[in-house]
Amino acid sequence: MSVVDAYINVHNLSFSRGEHVIYKDISLIIPRGKITAVMGPSGTGKTTLLRLIAAQLTPDQGSILVDGKNVHELSRSDLYKVREKMGMLFQSGALFSDMTVEENVSFPLEEHTKLNREEIHRIASEKLHSVGLRGAAKLMPAELSGGMARRVALARAIALDPDLVMYDEPFTGQDPISKGVLVKLIRQLNDSAKITSVLVSHDVEESLSIADHVCILAGGRVIAEGSTEDIRASNNPQVKQFLNGEPDGPVPFHYPETESSEKVAI
Amino acid sequence: MITDLGGWLLDWLEAVGRAGIFLAQSIFRFPVRLNESINLLVKQLYSVGVLSLVIVVVSGTFIGMVLALQGYSILAKFGSEEAVGQLLALSLLRELAPVVTALLFAGRAGSSLTAEIGLMKATEQLSSFEMMGVDPLRRVIAPRFIAGVICLPLLSIIFSATGIIGGLVVSVGWLGVHDGAFWSLMQQSVYFDTDIMNGFIKAVCFAIAVTWIAVYQGYECVPTSEGIGKATTRTVVLGSLAILALDFVLTAAMFGDF
Repeated sequence: MSVVDAYINVHNLSFSRGEHVIYKDISLIIPRGKITAVMGPSGTGKTTLLRLIAAQLTPDQGSILVDGKNVHELSRSDLYKVREKMGMLFQSGALFSDMTVEENVSFPLEEHTKLNREEIHRIASEKLHSVGLRGAAKLMPAELSGGMARRVALARAIALDPDLVMYDEPFTGQDPISKGVLVKLIRQLNDSAKITSVLVSHDVEESLSIADHVCILAGGRVIAEGSTEDIRASNNPQVKQFLNGEPDGPVPFHYPETESSEKVAI
Repeated sequence: MITDLGGWLLDWLEAVGRAGIFLAQSIFRFPVRLNESINLLVKQLYSVGVLSLVIVVVSGTFIGMVLALQGYSILAKFGSEEAVGQLLALSLLRELAPVVTALLFAGRAGSSLTAEIGLMKATEQLSSFEMMGVDPLRRVIAPRFIAGVICLPLLSIIFSATGIIGGLVVSVGWLGVHDGAFWSLMQQSVYFDTDIMNGFIKAVCFAIAVTWIAVYQGYECVPTSEGIGKATTRTVVLGSLAILALDFVLTAAMFGDF
């Protein structure tokens, strides 16, 4: 794949929290207009990668280019402008608890557009309709189930018709029907609006069923990257262990012990 | 030992510097759109100020009543029980109203601000604002800070008024102090610039300190239930200590000219 196709280009990225190294010199690309699944075991730093892409965190080394712009070198106002073109579905939904469902979806429109109330209401209703929740417009977030809250958050994430939508563990804690609805919605949104999607998840089947491009992280490195077919056909033992959910293999079950943790009596 | 002390001092200075930058950024970024700013401010004035009214009115009334009882029993020994109005007004306006209102404010509104902002952080609502290109300092912190600074001095005035009414009920209605003497001695001894204004300035200083501590603790807390609990406790403890320390400094500056 040529570099020209990349919407996001992660180049030689290193990031650590204290002494714990999350990424060691990783490079990967997120192709434009496709769904990219970033997968890996829990604690690999998948959500951290999204926060680095959104420049909520700063890398120790390396760069992240989003649509050709190094997000970590932008001024605060320029960064906020870039973020207007990004939507993010947080793991918890992160709906504003003091606003109704409709107010949550209208919020980015009120902040970043000069549309009048009627138009904002119409767009918010459309977005809610697209996630099947127009009837829940007047409810408060506390009255929603987990699946509904995530769908509302999705409607809010796409309110400004972004170029990029990032999904942080969208399937976690969802019942099979909600998972199916979310899978269908993510695919539909990507195809109809031609947006670039980054899906962070460890739900193998759901992610592989909709992804065009897959990137698997483990141990602070990219262990596999390619199309869904390439990943399924991979002979890499780490990839096979992860995809098949095998308890034994090269990916360790135990968190690595440090000098300080060894001192703790078991 | 000296290294530890130096390290602690540097950490403290860094924290104060960070809190100062945080406050400056919150205030200067606030007034983006007038309509939006007014709406956000009115909402916070209600939750920070109006909802604190009951505790302030009830406390003010009881403190005024107790002050009248205590003052009467001492003043009566010297045959000057009519001066109870003067005692009430001066102690409330100069000292008790700003200090006690600020302590009550730290316990009710301050802790609630910290917990609310901390929970917004824990549920990723603050991150969500950032991701939408909306500055959480402007949207969340600034209106809460400004509302706190507006409300506390007003609550302090209400505290003084209810305290004087409580004292009036006890001293005139119950203990039989002459109402004309009660009011006229108060009128003679209370000065607008030295008593009322100094009390008001104290209340404004306490408001800035307490609200600043509350919003900063919420914004910087560890986003877990334990972290929010600790931040809330820190708001009340640090807020109360700051009020008492500031009160000494301000009193010395205002009334220390012996």
